[in-house]
Amino acid sequence: MSHIQNSIEGKQLSVKRLTHSYGGQNAISDISFDIAAGEIVALLGPSGCGKSTVLRAIAGLIQPKAGRIVLGDDDLAGVSARARGIGMVFQNYALFPHLTVAENIAYPLACQQVPREERRGRVEEMLSLVRLGGYGNRLPRELSGGQQQRVAVARAIAGRPSLLLLDEPFGALDRALRFDLQVELLHLQKTLGITTLIVTHDQEEAQSVANRLVLMNKGNVEQIDTPMAVYDKPNTLFVNTFIGQTNVLAGTVAQLEPEATLVTLSGGGSLTLPRRLNFTVGSDVAVTFRPEEVRLAAQPGENTLAVSVTVSLPLGPTLVHDLVFEDGTNLRASEVRGPSTTIPQTGSRLFAEIDVSRAHVFPAQPEVSQ
Amino acid sequence: MKASGFPYVIPMLLLSVAFFATPLAVLIGFSFIGPEGVGFHNYARFLGDAFNYRVLINTAKLGLQTIVSTTLLGVPIALLYWHSGKTARQVIIFLTLIPMLTSNVVRTFAWIVILGRQGPISETFVALGLAERPFTLMSTELGLVMAMCQIDLPLIILPLIAILSRIPVTYTEAAQVSGAGPWRILVTVLLPMMLPGLLAGWILVFASTSASFVTQAVIGGARNIYVPQLIYREVGTLFDWPMASAIAVVLLLSTGILLVAMTMISRHRRLVGHA
Repeated sequence: MSHIQNSIEGKQLSVKRLTHSYGGQNAISDISFDIAAGEIVALLGPSGCGKSTVLRAIAGLIQPKAGRIVLGDDDLAGVSARARGIGMVFQNYALFPHLTVAENIAYPLACQQVPREERRGRVEEMLSLVRLGGYGNRLPRELSGGQQQRVAVARAIAGRPSLLLLDEPFGALDRALRFDLQVELLHLQKTLGITTLIVTHDQEEAQSVANRLVLMNKGNVEQIDTPMAVYDKPNTLFVNTFIGQTNVLAGTVAQLEPEATLVTLSGGGSLTLPRRLNFTVGSDVAVTFRPEEVRLAAQPGENTLAVSVTVSLPLGPTLVHDLVFEDGTNLRASEVRGPSTTIPQTGSRLFAEIDVSRAHVFPAQPEVSQ
Repeated sequence: MKASGFPYVIPMLLLSVAFFATPLAVLIGFSFIGPEGVGFHNYARFLGDAFNYRVLINTAKLGLQTIVSTTLLGVPIALLYWHSGKTARQVIIFLTLIPMLTSNVVRTFAWIVILGRQGPISETFVALGLAERPFTLMSTELGLVMAMCQIDLPLIILPLIAILSRIPVTYTEAAQVSGAGPWRILVTVLLPMMLPGLLAGWILVFASTSASFVTQAVIGGARNIYVPQLIYREVGTLFDWPMASAIAVVLLLSTGILLVAMTMISRHRRLVGHA
């Protein structure tokens, strides 16, 4: 068994064509992505998309059916979980209930046969790093959820791993605390420069923490990009609807011009997009646009849709309008509230002007063309 | 908290008082009566005898040996259960419960066959050349411990299974990722987390072994005497009921002390909470 030397600096991780199945059914297929040394990447997707399977394969807790995982210069195929030199924070932290905080943090050090004196120093260092100095003799159940999470992080990094894996690390925490701990984790990650992969189903969490997102759906990678690019230029309809809020309208490509495309909507009306789309005339498509790309107008104009207002809610600085399109499709618009903004009456008939330059068009999917 | 459940406990309480507490009180009262009047004479006589002392120690030793052997067998079986799928779990539970579903007398006589001179153990050893002549394990402490171990195995497996089913696999995974090997995981994670179940099992096994008169008498024979046989001798042969009562109280107390000690251990702050 080869033992990978533990180093302080993070290593590059590359996952190549990873495939695994449970009982004949593919849980993940052909998953490939890279994480640069010191980078923090989020594996994001709805529950059941296979992201935990990827994480467990990297940690060595399952043997994937096919594919390669390379950490630094080492192929991890023949390396057991205990020899991979990876730190992992489990979903419910998995802190050993019979060991104190200090003993929990010292656990990986004891496994690495670190001398007792050095171990004590390292535990103190970790405790102050996660701001839990003086808590060493507590038992995990005597700590709050946020403190337990920090102990779990401390245990994961105590052994100076070259890669840190986090499985829904903020899932069990309440919202207010979550943000603080995310900031703290980011700070810690920057300080240590450790390569980090975080698995989450919470898009806000992923966007606030990660440099890049790996979006997964049904066992496949849908897009790998920065949080901004994923929001602004989604590759697929799934990514578009999963990240942020979006309006989806079914339509058909009616006319292709060199610099424009006319899409007739199945609910009536049409939109002219200011670019030539890569579709043939007659293709069924889904047109998507964000709530902030919709502006309400009293008069019809170019690229406007007749809608009626269901409800308008002032949410802090923004005003959110729930609208109904002619065919019953719900639309959402949002605008920044100013001193002169008036709230439209429920049921009033208005025109939604769509910023077509920022709208996206995807091939129609059965579940979208409602 | 307002509506007290007390009225519902009354039937059970009456039964307990009539058929458990009262006889126990009578037993304890009896133990103080003797030809010399009321007092600790019976206790003094019993504990003053070096032979009785040895019997008491042997009984405790038998209990401890059974605890060790059931633990060595029970822990792997419980861990196997933990790792098994649904069907395998049912099979393990069924096989575990079989000894409890068989009559004590039948079990004991089955062991006579197994441990005897023409039994499978003796014959196997002779056939393998490990023993020169057929031998018997009847009337030996080893044979008795073997039988006791089989009879009491469910008492340790069931609490262990109960506690393991509440331990998620992520604990062993966390240990694995931390760099721990299988033995380290067993010793530093699994066994400590199983300890409350082990303590419960040990109490049951000790109490059961030290009081299992039939098995002790039949397999242990006349050469291995334990406290229950002493009581039986006083009751059935010597007709000295006060003395029998005193011995019974001594047995009760020594088991009770062990029970209290183990309960106190299981109250340790590291064990409470996940138990």
